[in-house]
Amino acid sequence: MFELLAYGDTGWGDELLAGTAMTVAVSLGAFLLGQVFGLLGATAKLSGRRIPAAIADVYTTLVRGIPELLVIYLLFFGSGNLLRWFAGLMGLDGYFEPNAFTVGVIAVGLISGSYSTEVIRGAIQAVPHGQLEAARALGMRPRQVTFRILLPQMLRFALPGLGNVWQLTLKDTSLISVTALAEIMRTAHLAAGSTRNPFLFYSTAAVLYLLLTSLSTYAFARAERHAGRGVRRA
Amino acid sequence: MDLTLMWESLPRLLGGAPLTLQLVGLSLLLGLCIAVGLAVMRLSRNPLLSGPAAAYVFVFRGTPLLVQIFLIYYGLGQFPALRESFAWPFLREAYWCAVLALALNTAAYTSEIIRGGVQSVPFGQIEAARALGMGRMQIYRRIVAPIALRQALPAYGNEIILMVKASSLASTITLLEITGIARRLISQTFAVFEIFIIAGAIYLLMNFVVSRVISLVEWRLTPHLRRAT
Repeated sequence: MFELLAYGDTGWGDELLAGTAMTVAVSLGAFLLGQVFGLLGATAKLSGRRIPAAIADVYTTLVRGIPELLVIYLLFFGSGNLLRWFAGLMGLDGYFEPNAFTVGVIAVGLISGSYSTEVIRGAIQAVPHGQLEAARALGMRPRQVTFRILLPQMLRFALPGLGNVWQLTLKDTSLISVTALAEIMRTAHLAAGSTRNPFLFYSTAAVLYLLLTSLSTYAFARAERHAGRGVRRA
Repeated sequence: MDLTLMWESLPRLLGGAPLTLQLVGLSLLLGLCIAVGLAVMRLSRNPLLSGPAAAYVFVFRGTPLLVQIFLIYYGLGQFPALRESFAWPFLREAYWCAVLALALNTAAYTSEIIRGGVQSVPFGQIEAARALGMGRMQIYRRIVAPIALRQALPAYGNEIILMVKASSLASTITLLEITGIARRLISQTFAVFEIFIIAGAIYLLMNFVVSRVISLVEWRLTPHLRRAT
């Protein structure tokens, strides 16, 4: 039975490995995009200005309150409609299909960003106000205060929460398989169908995800230790 | 934006709401029972009990729910022994597979919530109960359980909302709950945005009601934190 997992033409080992690489690529892309949304969202929420704060509130409430699968369907089918409408506007003929990778990164990035917004907002608020005051008193410019004082200190508070967001993002990419992007889940589904051995392949997929999540737990523990290196422990 | 189409799709999407609610309700109930058992095992000092519980939580939290659903729905049917057992009439049905996968999944998360709640009970409270001569079960019933419940409630509220969202994955194994119907309507009408707005609004409403109910229960359970008026 295990020869089905062989690496090469006879088994699905190489396909599953490529799927794992795809999962990691989508997750990384989505997580990074999510950080951009998260920083923007947190800044908007803390800006004290009414309209940006309201937009950020609507964003986090909507995206966190609606099933991820529905958000992915919206972006996948919606972007196709949008693309074809735009192509029609430009006078282009033919059928246009959005790139599954790009749509996947944007969809999961939007979801990842809505959770990151709250994590980053909490972390920024956790930085003692005196630190920023001291920096200003030393004559630092706003940009310097942000990059030298606020962001490095915020990171320590944000890392545990961002670790959770990363794990969520990693698992949410499995939903992208509905758009036929060949990541772990999609590859396992194809292999299960063509070999009539679903249990083997879905178990293998589970093991691959467990490997990725365990590695991430380890990596984030290291990162947390690094970010907290200046803190004295009791 | 086609308003007539939105209006017409509303009753059809609402038709999926009972199935969504059933999936969520049944799996939460079943999941809570499993979670209590898991939490008791996890809190035990015996490694033969706490070890398997920790492994269960590790596996179910470390893999996507979609894998778990597919493993149960497509994977289990591969074993002839299982196909001939008493469980097959259930496991043959997508409905029970979805309930089982959702329940096993939420059990892992809920057991950690319960564990956190129990561990948050200050030792002094238990010590005081012992000093009053309460027995083990009495301490659990009168001291630990109420304090732990209060502590765990907000996290459990989040878990309920996550389950409402997770139930949408049942649509991947042919079940026509809200997301399944939305998917079908989208492929029939190509009106992606209209259908999405209505389906999304139904989910938002459900989650809003859940979060209001949880805060209400929380308010009822914490009279000591309310300011005297």
